[in-house]
Amino acid sequence: MFDPHVPHLAIIDKRVQESPTIFSLRLQYEDTDRQEAFEFAPGQFNMVSLFGVGEVAISIVNDPEDSHFFDHTIRVVGRVTKGLEKLQPGDRVGIRGPFGRGWPIDEAMGQDVLLVTGGLGCAPLVSVIRYLLRRRDHFGHIHILQGVKHADDLIWREQYEAWSKDHGVNVLLAADVASRDWPWQQGLVTELINQVNLRLERTITMLCGPEMMMLAAIAQLRELGLADHKIWLSMERNMHCGYGQCGHCQVGPHFVCKDGPVFCYSELADFFGAKGF
Amino acid sequence: MPARDNRRPAYISRSSLQTLLDRLVSAGYACLGPTAKDGAIQYQPINNLNQLPRGLRNDQEPGHYRLRQADDERLFAWNHGPQVLKPLCFAPQEVVWQERQTESGMSVKQSMPATKPTAVIGVRACDLAALKIQDQHFMRKDSTDPHYQARRDQLLLIGVDCAESAQTCFCASTGDGPALDGGFDIGLAELADGFLIWTASARGTPWIEELDQQPATDDQLAEMLQATENAAAGQSRHLPNEKKLTQLYQRLGHSRWLDLSKRCLSCGNCTSVCPTCFCYSYEHHTAITGDSAEVVRSWDSCFSATHSEMGSFQVRSGIDQRYRQWATHKLAGWQEQFGRSGCVGCGRCISWCPVGIDLTEEVQVILNEGSRDV
Repeated sequence: MFDPHVPHLAIIDKRVQESPTIFSLRLQYEDTDRQEAFEFAPGQFNMVSLFGVGEVAISIVNDPEDSHFFDHTIRVVGRVTKGLEKLQPGDRVGIRGPFGRGWPIDEAMGQDVLLVTGGLGCAPLVSVIRYLLRRRDHFGHIHILQGVKHADDLIWREQYEAWSKDHGVNVLLAADVASRDWPWQQGLVTELINQVNLRLERTITMLCGPEMMMLAAIAQLRELGLADHKIWLSMERNMHCGYGQCGHCQVGPHFVCKDGPVFCYSELADFFGAKGF
Repeated sequence: MPARDNRRPAYISRSSLQTLLDRLVSAGYACLGPTAKDGAIQYQPINNLNQLPRGLRNDQEPGHYRLRQADDERLFAWNHGPQVLKPLCFAPQEVVWQERQTESGMSVKQSMPATKPTAVIGVRACDLAALKIQDQHFMRKDSTDPHYQARRDQLLLIGVDCAESAQTCFCASTGDGPALDGGFDIGLAELADGFLIWTASARGTPWIEELDQQPATDDQLAEMLQATENAAAGQSRHLPNEKKLTQLYQRLGHSRWLDLSKRCLSCGNCTSVCPTCFCYSYEHHTAITGDSAEVVRSWDSCFSATHSEMGSFQVRSGIDQRYRQWATHKLAGWQEQFGRSGCVGCGRCISWCPVGIDLTEEVQVILNEGSRDV
């Protein structure tokens, strides 16, 4: 069923406007057999194509057990996403995927999980948070640290509030620029790391967001004594093919689309943070 | 480097090569052979040996390529032009799928190339080594490119030993030439008077069986071996060994990258003529009627501004960063991806660089002249 070279059609079942610039699409393959056979892991992505315009790499955000549909949350940044924004239920897009390596779920079993994310609702990390919380018993403490630039940028605010009420789930938020109704921290997401009581020997970390943010978080985590192999992060690069052939997404010897987008920090240590690499 | 394969050549006259050509043509093969065109060796459809560059030599220096007429009958005494094999399998531009707008939304149809059996005459060891790497990339076990494979399956490759090296050649140091060593179907070594010929694959064997062959004499065998030894000995450029090349990753902050950015035009000539560069991009070309579109795959270059485009910024906005990407990937990253460096020592990137940047020189400076980090 997996055919990476040509898109297969999917129908938009539902569309949700998450914020002025972010929307979610619930999709189903037109071919029901293909939909039934579609399997993915949290952190993997699809190439979503808009008729006559182009393709973009978008993370899959729903739970892998949902076999009748798949969800994409998309931020409007360029030509293709601007076009996708206009689509309505019943419209069709092309899908190639799923591609890449997802989050290290097996390694996280029985561990505390620290999730650090910056930017406008980092979709790859949201997918793994939902995954962990739906299988709560398999994991230890869960710390969710989210940073945004402006307090108004936070999407899924109710979701963060709901997550924070879960047993053993610690939600900390920070905004560079707070607003009047912002009950959380003002500052950088990395400042939140010191507020977490980390059990280093049984903690695994998952990061997603701007590279400068991840770089600062990694430096801080390593200083606290967290081993490199317990730090995982999701990378973003220009992608065309999705299966390690077109060459655009390379970071050192790695194809981000095929070997990532989720990497263990020890795989990237030689290159991560080198400007323009 | 002397001949390393287990070749058992026989002698044929120059005119017997015409017989081989005739047989291929009558069997329906498109025959591509070297011709002198626009001042360079270029592969063109041929059916007669008279179309080959008789007596031509190539002078190649950084940023310099000229053909020169010598006073002999040799057909393969040049080394290479800007390209040979890469475009034959990995098309510079092709439609990969078509989209059509329909009542219910859209339909998608894969577009496959029309192919025919193609024989290429005069392929060099460096280009065969490069093709082997491209095969590894485009015919990966978990994801074989159908377009590449369709064309690759049609190729019959007739290789020839290099009896001389161009001034820009350094295949001896990468271990990829100048003698043929696998990856071809029929081998040739050009002598002062005729050729030694041998088969290197089951596919190649039937084509030479009925040629008018004579057993190779000891003198002819010695001439063949001496020629490639001379070609190797004549090379003055070289690349460090692969282990040393991986140290490029420890030199990401070297000041030479910035120095390079003042000379490099970021034109992408080096990646176009490189026989192993594989980057490509997809573009949607929409019909003026608006109801159909073709998705076109084209060669891309890590020197292009859009190669690292992220929507709102470029990962590699500086020329120093782009040259560094190309050099570190080609020489170090490739080793982890394909088990060997991505450079086969053909030297095309040196000859065809409009400002004459010499990869071998840049790499030695970056690896050997301290760290000079900026």
